[in-house]
Amino acid sequence: MGMLCIAHVSVTAQTDIDAIMMSKNNFCIGGMYSSSHWTDYWEGTLKRTNDNLGNVSMNMAGFMGTYGVSGKLNLLVGLPYVQTKASAGTLHGDKGFQDLSLWVKWMPVETHVGNGLLSVYGIGGFSFPVTNYNPDFLPMSIGMHSKNLSLRAMADYQAGHLFATASGTYVVRSNIKIDRTSYYTTELHLTNEVEMPDQSSFNIRAGYRSGRLIAEAIYNQMYTLGGFDITRNNMPFASNRMNASTLGINLKYTLKAISGLSLIGGGETTLAGRNVGQANSLTGGIFYILDFSHKQKKSVPASNQK
Amino acid sequence: MATGIIFLQLSCSKAITGRTDNLPPLNPAKIDLDAGNWKTILLTGPTDFPVAAPTAVNSTAYVAELNEIKSLQQNISDDEQAKISYWGAGSVLRWNELMRQLVAKYNLPPYQNADGTYPFPNANNPFAYPLFPFANPPYAARAYAYVSAAQYDALVAAWYYKKLYNRPAPYKTDPTITARLGATDLPSYPSEDAVLAGVTAEMMKLLFPDEIAFIQQKADEEELAKITAGSATRSDIEAGEALGRLVAQKFTTRARADKAGAAAGTQTDWSNFETVAVARGETPWFSLESPRRPPMLPLFGNVTPFLFDPTITATLRPGPPPSTSSDQMKTETAEIADLVKNPTREHTRIVQFWADGVATYTPPGHWNAIAAEDFITKNFSEVRWARDMALLNMSLMDAAIVCWNTKYFYFNPRPTQMNTAIKTLTGIPNFPAYISGHSTFSGAAATILGYIIPERASAYTDMANEASMSRMYGGIHYRSDCGIGLTTGQKVGAYAVARAKTDGAD
Repeated sequence: MGMLCIAHVSVTAQTDIDAIMMSKNNFCIGGMYSSSHWTDYWEGTLKRTNDNLGNVSMNMAGFMGTYGVSGKLNLLVGLPYVQTKASAGTLHGDKGFQDLSLWVKWMPVETHVGNGLLSVYGIGGFSFPVTNYNPDFLPMSIGMHSKNLSLRAMADYQAGHLFATASGTYVVRSNIKIDRTSYYTTELHLTNEVEMPDQSSFNIRAGYRSGRLIAEAIYNQMYTLGGFDITRNNMPFASNRMNASTLGINLKYTLKAISGLSLIGGGETTLAGRNVGQANSLTGGIFYILDFSHKQKKSVPASNQK
Repeated sequence: MATGIIFLQLSCSKAITGRTDNLPPLNPAKIDLDAGNWKTILLTGPTDFPVAAPTAVNSTAYVAELNEIKSLQQNISDDEQAKISYWGAGSVLRWNELMRQLVAKYNLPPYQNADGTYPFPNANNPFAYPLFPFANPPYAARAYAYVSAAQYDALVAAWYYKKLYNRPAPYKTDPTITARLGATDLPSYPSEDAVLAGVTAEMMKLLFPDEIAFIQQKADEEELAKITAGSATRSDIEAGEALGRLVAQKFTTRARADKAGAAAGTQTDWSNFETVAVARGETPWFSLESPRRPPMLPLFGNVTPFLFDPTITATLRPGPPPSTSSDQMKTETAEIADLVKNPTREHTRIVQFWADGVATYTPPGHWNAIAAEDFITKNFSEVRWARDMALLNMSLMDAAIVCWNTKYFYFNPRPTQMNTAIKTLTGIPNFPAYISGHSTFSGAAATILGYIIPERASAYTDMANEASMSRMYGGIHYRSDCGIGLTTGQKVGAYAVARAKTDGAD
């Protein structure tokens, strides 16, 4: 995610925003590692570099779990450990456990339309910080420290092995508290509470999907619905108006040799943004499905079937 | 269902409230009617500027002014009521908050030129980038001091004329006028609010020339609010604003000659600091910014102080820091390296709480905020508010002078220069380390505030100590910078206390 700070791990994890469902009583666990870097960033709409930061990196190691309550209702959980660093200048990086995400993924509709299968999803998520990390030291802060409620509507259409998925998300963000007692946005605020604007985004992914392989291109557009621009030569702040459009690819391969084990890999680049870094990132992960159902083990995991 | 409740909870609680948003009207315990006798700072006395006798309260001219109030009071919009409440909380208070806002807005270091040099703000072309001023800590300390000092002198004069002419507030002459901010026995001519509006609007011409229009708008807003509130008539206001502007001009004249205009120095000066330090056998300071930035206001130590003669500045300068080649320097550097290796969240909190760096109101502004929020609880009269803020801000400006005088006399390096592995929890300011500005400012502020509010004296000392330590926790100062900064600041604060004991207010 090409932001000065990644909001929550679900943005890079694909299962809260893809059209894959776990079968009943299947529990998928996995780990992901993501490394994101930027040198250019947008100060408002002005693209620039900063020799006192150099290349800013954010590395994330995350645990994820998905449980199939039924084939139509899944629960997801994710927690990343984040570390930031600047290649130049004197600023100290930060590190720590960031925000825990909990998702409910519901697929009320799955029906044949034309030659393919249309499925519709209602997804809700809640994330909150699990440590008292400092959000007021951007771009070195590991997160924004807000509690976020996400509401997503998603539709997927697959014909043969080709598919396309589109989703729209609205994120309600709680206000945050910072350590200092006053701060300046476009006026001076005599409080330690920061009003955090909500966010919205839409996501389109398309590509190839079979029982063993998923290869997709992903476009994501995020908007912050309020906030102010970084002023000239100022540092970023949690309530800046952060927008970003990103383009990425994602690959998921399910091993033949070990049933239920899949590997993911992907990359993402930031095409345009506002008050964010022009970040490029690479992600890798490994997932394993534990089948607690009473059915016979299948040779191909139920989750990839469509 | 639970999701819906969380949704409502998160989205309904967004509007934030400032600590001074909903204050009751200022209701002084004492009106300090004899404040016209208090010792002024630049004025030779309260009658330096004449204020004509007001028209009689039974004159047709005055009756017309009362009619203006009555027509305004017939239909007060919610917006106008909000402005009455805002200004009613205290005029010195609100102008101080506005000054802090301007400092924060202008506290941005200029971005470099393409060739790696840096542009400087130009008072003669203030709207061109970089905007004038760069409201860094010394500039801010001086801005707060000039405005506070001018406000105080102007109010002393105003109180003299209030007592002399003894014109009662409008609602005392005409009971059909409502005292919407509460009644007072303080005479209303000239209006203290208009005096403050006039002083501040006039000072902007020097200090924040891009904000003359904004501050004039605020002045007009305050004046209309006080007329609508029934606190003052049009002639109270006009006499007050005129007096305020005349007093302010005396201060801007002093300011133009106080040597702050030359404080940025020249390349010759900057190179000379390095030469002198090297000749002493010391490692000199250099800028840790990329590209390297010229040192911040290196000649600010020559500025004319308010509380003592310029010849005193050098006598307040402490002895040298540990030599850069000494064992003590090695020990102090190692102490800082150790503190930043794995900082605790509490240390980070303290660093952040006191950092007051880029885009903030600066450490002097933070002490203004601490003082203002404590003064609210004391119900001071406006003239006493002004006297106390002037004492605080003169001590902070003079602390800046002594601190900067010291920094550039010794020109010593930051910890990260001595050990490049030291990464910091806040930005490294672009000037030498010894002595710490935070420590000097805090030592001075705690001293004078502890005199003004004795029951808070130990709290102020604790705050000063924490502010000082925060710079070590942040990795940007050695222990010597901080301890000796505090004691140096206390010496400056003592001058403010000496003045406070003899200015007639206590």
